[in-house]
Amino acid sequence: MATETAKRSTRVTPYGATSRPTGGGWETFSWWFFRVSGVGLIFLVIAHLIIMHVITDVSATGYDFVAHRYANPFWRVYDLLLLTLGLLHGLNGLRIVSDDYIRTRGIRLAVQSVLFLTVVTFWLMGTMTIVTFQPGQTLSQAMLHLLSR
Amino acid sequence: MYRGQSGQWSWLFHRVTGLGVLLFLLVHIVDITLIGFGRTVYNDSIAVFASWPVRLLSLALIGAVMYHAFNGVRIILIDFWPAAYKYQRAMFYIVLALTIISFIPMAYFVGAPIFGICPQGDCTASAML
Repeated sequence: MATETAKRSTRVTPYGATSRPTGGGWETFSWWFFRVSGVGLIFLVIAHLIIMHVITDVSATGYDFVAHRYANPFWRVYDLLLLTLGLLHGLNGLRIVSDDYIRTRGIRLAVQSVLFLTVVTFWLMGTMTIVTFQPGQTLSQAMLHLLSR
Repeated sequence: MYRGQSGQWSWLFHRVTGLGVLLFLLVHIVDITLIGFGRTVYNDSIAVFASWPVRLLSLALIGAVMYHAFNGVRIILIDFWPAAYKYQRAMFYIVLALTIISFIPMAYFVGAPIFGICPQGDCTASAML
């Protein structure tokens, strides 16, 4: 059981084995997802940093700034993409770290379940804010508005 | 872990910066959620981000993001072009150089308000909490 992850077969090149799992299953998918989301995040995160910290100083990114920005649905979609890819990329990173250090299958499953549920909770929090925010309305008011329709 | 080689350090930095950035992302989701509590609560949280200690933490975050991004490209290059492993050490030094080069202008924009300088023309130069 201890060598279960070490025995996972990977793609072999003339220069030796790479980290890419063969077989086309879940591990191969997450290997591709890690790289594709990573490349996407480079652009999304650097643009986000330039908008929030270079073009605008962070002290000028208050309530009115967000209200103005979120009047355009493009930025809600942008932030939702940033939130989703960032959390999934981070969750996959945590999964790989826990595969490396937790050798007992039961404990690993328990830890990974907690990590998964934590990330889902934070994703729901972020999504709720991005989707429901309306200037001048609190979250509770936005929720009441949605429920009373 | 294998001792004392650049490959070990690039790997360790990648993990540590990844975990640090993820931890910040969780904090950031919480502070963004505060906007649902109204203007005063949210603007107070933005004022915390404009304070000098949190500006320094933001700089650490930006450095971590830059390293993780550039080293991620290095990893992908070796993944898809395995012969590049021969240049992994040179690429590690390029990653470090790019991290520092991209960090300097960011450090100016984020850090200048601590000293009362507003590169963007509109900032709260909160030198104190």
